[in-house]
Amino acid sequence: MSQIHVTTKINGDETEFLCGPEETLLDVLRDHLGMTGTKEGCGTGDCGACSVTVDGRLVCSCLMLGAEAEGHEIGTIEGVAKGDELHPVQKKFLDHAALQCGICTPGFLVAAKALLDRTLEPTEEEVRYWLAGNLCRCTGYDKIVRAVMDTAAELRGA
Amino acid sequence: MRYEAPSSFEEASGLLAGETGVTRILAGGTDVLVQLRSGLVEPDLIVDIKRIPGAKDITRTDDGGWRIGAAVSGAEMGEHAELKAAWPGIVEAVELIGSTQVQGRCTMAGNLCNGSPAADSVPAMIAADAIAEVVGPSGTRDVYVEEIPLGPGRTRLEKGDVIAAIRLPARPERAGDAYLRFIPRTEMDIAVVSAGVSLCLDASGKVLDARIGLGAVGPTVVNAAAAADAIIGTTLDDAAIAAMIEAVATACSPIDDKRGTVKFRTKVAGVLAKRAALKAAERAKA
Repeated sequence: MSQIHVTTKINGDETEFLCGPEETLLDVLRDHLGMTGTKEGCGTGDCGACSVTVDGRLVCSCLMLGAEAEGHEIGTIEGVAKGDELHPVQKKFLDHAALQCGICTPGFLVAAKALLDRTLEPTEEEVRYWLAGNLCRCTGYDKIVRAVMDTAAELRGA
Repeated sequence: MRYEAPSSFEEASGLLAGETGVTRILAGGTDVLVQLRSGLVEPDLIVDIKRIPGAKDITRTDDGGWRIGAAVSGAEMGEHAELKAAWPGIVEAVELIGSTQVQGRCTMAGNLCNGSPAADSVPAMIAADAIAEVVGPSGTRDVYVEEIPLGPGRTRLEKGDVIAAIRLPARPERAGDAYLRFIPRTEMDIAVVSAGVSLCLDASGKVLDARIGLGAVGPTVVNAAAAADAIIGTTLDDAAIAAMIEAVATACSPIDDKRGTVKFRTKVAGVLAKRAALKAAERAKA
């Protein structure tokens, strides 16, 4: 099968990869680039575990072909912390114990950061709607929503 | 499977027309990738239209209407204040499709081409009298959106056809539209029943013109012309609304399934059409 050569930027780094035409961006991240922070849940765009950003916009990497990444900037969970310094939303997830098994957590963090990059004054309703495409079977969501609201409050200096 | 990302719609059409096997057009991919993954289709050729100039653009047409490129995402439409002000019902319908992640990619043209009778944007587009710009082997032609759906998962588009853009007409004074759907939860679900209404009023508040699209009440989205006729020339008084609800019920031929019964869908279609008509009129007066 012919491979497609793709040039992209992932978490700020110029990245090139070869992928099959049927491979998703999620397959490329996990299987070719060894970036296994992005999780596969349903594989059909329902659970949000594979959330990444493309040019700053939140998408499911399972619903996008690797070839489509050509010329675009991808953001993954690996780019959320700066080195050893966790992003405020990551710290708040720990403070609020907003995770249990952890499989959904990278997707929630990428999605929550995408929201906070747009607004630091989300209402609880906005947070819940924004995160409606991220499923968690452990926490019941309350701790997650509280962590995101608390991060927003901290970042706006409240 | 081959992946191609042509730089014009004519080239895209040529690739699709020249392929003897199974083809899929890739815009947002939120339906196509699910089909691929489930093994429902095994395409020989995927044509990605997102690199075609104009495919991601929202522009004004010379007559004051709108042209929305086939690869414009739901999120991009939702962030376009002017488009939202002109066609709030269209934008609210598109924004109901899927999650934030799906909104980042899903397109109105894709929602139409997927052929679901429950597609959220299609009743709103039919109410708006939207036109699809179709590029095919023999050139570009305009097709009314309501003429495209043929049945669940099927459209009247032919081999080599690709939608380049959806066009919405210019808005006269005192015009408004609205879209409502029923789902058993608050988000992330498929319409059990839905209704889109677009209308314009005269200076005295009478309905000059109206169109009503109904979703999930038949094998395709329905243009309920008789229901629209029932409110044209009225002030949306109780008698006019009652006549509209009756005409909506006549236009419904839904199925019984786990999401809703025939009786429920028929009843709720009338309720939603009423609420959408009143909301559209309120917007027209604003």
